[in-house]
Amino acid sequence: MQELVDRLVADGLVPGGIPLWACYLAAMLLFGGIVVFVFILPIAGITTWVERRVAGRIQSRIGPNRTGPAGFLQWLADGIKSVLKEDIVPSAADVPLFKLAPYVVITGFVAAFVVVPFGGPLIIADLNVGILYLTAVTALVVVGILMAGWASNNKWSLLGGIRSAAQIVSYEIPAGLSFLPVVMLAGTLSMQGIIRHQGWAPWTWHVFDNPFTFLAFFIFFVSALAEGNRTPFDLPEAESELVMGFATEYSGLRNLLFFMAEWGNLYIIGAVVTTLFLGGWQIPLALAEHPVPRTVLQFALFFAKAYFWVFVAVWLRWTLPRIRVDQMMVMCWKYLVPLAFVNLMGTAVWMVLFPAGLGGVRVLLCLCAAGLLGVFARRVVFHIRRARLTRQDLSFNPLSTARVIG
Amino acid sequence: MSLTGFEVEIQREVDGGLSTEDMTLSMGPQHPSTHGVLRFVVRADGEVMKEAIPDIGYLHRSIEKIAEKVGWHGFMPYTDRVDYVAAMFCNQGWAMAGERLAGIEVPKRSEYCRVIAAEFNRIQSHLLSVGSMAMDIGAYTPFTHALREREYINDLIEELCGARLTFNYMRIGGVAWDIPPGWREKALAYVERFEPLIDEYNALISYNKIYTERLGNVAVITAQEAIEYNLVGPNLRGSGVRYDVRRDEPYSVYPELDFDIPVGTGEMGTVGDCFDRYIVRMREMKESCKILRQCLQGLPPGPVIAKVARNFKPPAGDCYVRVESARGDMGWYVVSDGTAFPHRCKIRTGSFAAMSIIQKVSRNLMIADLIAVIASFDLVAPEIDR
Amino acid sequence: MAASDPAAIHAALRSHFGDAVGDLAGTRPDNTGTTVAPSAIVDVCRFLKTETGLAFDCLSNLSGVDYPKRNVIEVVYHLYSYRYRHLFVLKVDVPRDNPAVPSVAGVWHAAEWQEREVFDLLGVTFEGHPDLRRILMPEDWPGHPLRKDFVEPEEYHGISTSRESLLKT
Repeated sequence: MQELVDRLVADGLVPGGIPLWACYLAAMLLFGGIVVFVFILPIAGITTWVERRVAGRIQSRIGPNRTGPAGFLQWLADGIKSVLKEDIVPSAADVPLFKLAPYVVITGFVAAFVVVPFGGPLIIADLNVGILYLTAVTALVVVGILMAGWASNNKWSLLGGIRSAAQIVSYEIPAGLSFLPVVMLAGTLSMQGIIRHQGWAPWTWHVFDNPFTFLAFFIFFVSALAEGNRTPFDLPEAESELVMGFATEYSGLRNLLFFMAEWGNLYIIGAVVTTLFLGGWQIPLALAEHPVPRTVLQFALFFAKAYFWVFVAVWLRWTLPRIRVDQMMVMCWKYLVPLAFVNLMGTAVWMVLFPAGLGGVRVLLCLCAAGLLGVFARRVVFHIRRARLTRQDLSFNPLSTARVIG
Repeated sequence: MSLTGFEVEIQREVDGGLSTEDMTLSMGPQHPSTHGVLRFVVRADGEVMKEAIPDIGYLHRSIEKIAEKVGWHGFMPYTDRVDYVAAMFCNQGWAMAGERLAGIEVPKRSEYCRVIAAEFNRIQSHLLSVGSMAMDIGAYTPFTHALREREYINDLIEELCGARLTFNYMRIGGVAWDIPPGWREKALAYVERFEPLIDEYNALISYNKIYTERLGNVAVITAQEAIEYNLVGPNLRGSGVRYDVRRDEPYSVYPELDFDIPVGTGEMGTVGDCFDRYIVRMREMKESCKILRQCLQGLPPGPVIAKVARNFKPPAGDCYVRVESARGDMGWYVVSDGTAFPHRCKIRTGSFAAMSIIQKVSRNLMIADLIAVIASFDLVAPEIDR
Repeated sequence: MAASDPAAIHAALRSHFGDAVGDLAGTRPDNTGTTVAPSAIVDVCRFLKTETGLAFDCLSNLSGVDYPKRNVIEVVYHLYSYRYRHLFVLKVDVPRDNPAVPSVAGVWHAAEWQEREVFDLLGVTFEGHPDLRRILMPEDWPGHPLRKDFVEPEEYHGISTSRESLLKT
């Protein structure tokens, strides 16, 4: 953001007499406002639409299809409905904490967007401790959830809140340990710096740099899912057990804020994974010379990559069952943390042995990933054949409204 | 009356200066995953339960007393409500009780119709059971797939007897309606379509690592305990006891049919854990498909109901009829005093016994496991409370 | 070993318990059994369960039947053996105004809840039962609903138990 403002001042587009720091402040606030209202709120809402349509497709049903074309305005209708609902505060609840909790959660979530890059120069503030700031600020969510669980005066909410706190705090460790190899490779904690260290081609991405970062990618994604309370780690809001976990007693706008935080968090997970491991917004220089189309292309590519991981998280949610609390803890502390440490050590050793990396290993890992995708495609074809699905069964119109069965 | 409805002993411990107390939670009667209106008073130390005390009676509709008021024929629709998920078997139990008391011989074709309807109902019930179990463990998709398959059966049965859930299809002496024209072909086509989907279902959820970890070695019930507590049906077979009323105390045309009895083998843990009870149900659906194929192909011609007086008065006496329902051996103890109204009708159901063993089995389980246990017993509240 | 026929079972019972066991009665395999005196029921059940050759390891059903004409409540036990696949019926008659039977919950755990149901709905007290309280009806419900002379109370906690017929004009 700063460089953009500098360029505008240099081009003389800013009226003289305004001090530089005021320009920076105004630009950041403006951009922050745009990000929150034009990006975060609609994205959180549209992700609910995507989730419900994808869930419908997976469950051989349709999903929302009435409000707007292909149910596209369902999230808007739901948002308006939630805002207009009666605001119920349980009489024996701890009222100040109860009312404050959703705002703490939302703060933790929105503040993370300060360091999420959208394109080349498009970032609210490229802090030089970017990724560390992100980890710290998303941990604020724990406080909010604990407050919600406790202040509801409901033993089931309390259980949900405590489970969630334990889960998020535990999975911070493997997540942190998994992005450290990337930070070591890039030499900087800054988000844009990490992206600039990668290139547009897959073999220049951090994920394929060496086998340890390859593994770190999977550990990071799993830990990020756990921090976002997504299935298979959605025990804190396990519908079958606790109705809605820590958010059971909430209604109206406060409930909406909890939901928004969860779905918006999916995008943050995707964005961070893309930034750290998948080359961010890097595009081939030859594609666009002029800064504006180049930025647009970069934005589009970054968004596509990040949203793909949102789609994967949704897909996992509707396929996998839930892990039990003690199994989740065992997985974190006995498996992921030691593995993440191994990754860290391994990357450090790799960097010492091969300071510029090994081109051959990079290409090999790319082929490995392609191979995994190929195996997956073969399994899908096998299952389609075994269930004897017809072409009509498989026809996929994502915007279908109703299917007439003959 | 205390808040829990009965005295629950709270244990207080003083541990190095810190005094702790059990948490008493009430799970139910409104709860997303108790199968019907059930309630458990859970005494827990955080996540680990010390005990889960079941509290039933929320769905008690005094069906047994109603039997004494409405008469022999009139009671048939009420039997549907005893276990509305597997209503055909309840119909069959009552019909067989009346026939046994009066010594009525049921025509062959109607026995075949009964078996066909019953086995379709068994598949319906098991689909609902495995679907809900997957949903309780957290996988929402298998539930919708199971219900999609169940919808096809609902349509078939609706064509057969007019209802999707509470059928009122059987009568004392036979069945109410014959199989409609074209129904046999549709039913056979459905069985052909459904059988490979059981494998798909197994690939999706049954052998999923997370799922087997959640269910394996949870709530192990040995064969001896199962018999002591009078567990029946898939709960008993999951504990390794190879017993099925259709095979061991046969009734209707089951002696002429060829099918296996799947038994729990402890493949994902120990014999008698939740996974065994679950996988027995999956395998039973395959066996039901086998039975359906044999019956649909071998349907004999003839009448579908014997001549039974409208003012049915069986001679005085009692009988104990056992039917292999989807939930196990359902016992109907019916006493007749020679009048048009039964003197006593006692329905002993599998879920009643399963509910009673939960208090013992739940010690030192986690709350998340309690959900798995309830789902693995395939409890339905109407059967417990009647 | 093959299933024993009811006559043999009855003979074994008679030889052990003498007059506490009545005569063999019943017309079909599912209702053949005998009456037992209330004081002997626990010993009879234990004998039937543990005796090799009988091995009635399962209490298939325990029900109570109200016979106001004979002025008794009859507690009916259907015993089943998984090993030998035979069924036997025991019947215990107790007077209607003070029905009490020793509990067999110590012999089969299945009896615990079945006896609670008979207590709840018919009012039979089972002596020695570990936890005898109502199971289906609410704890403070007056009376025992399955009795033939049960009259429904007018109201329960202020809620009327009857309502006007909608068909009346």
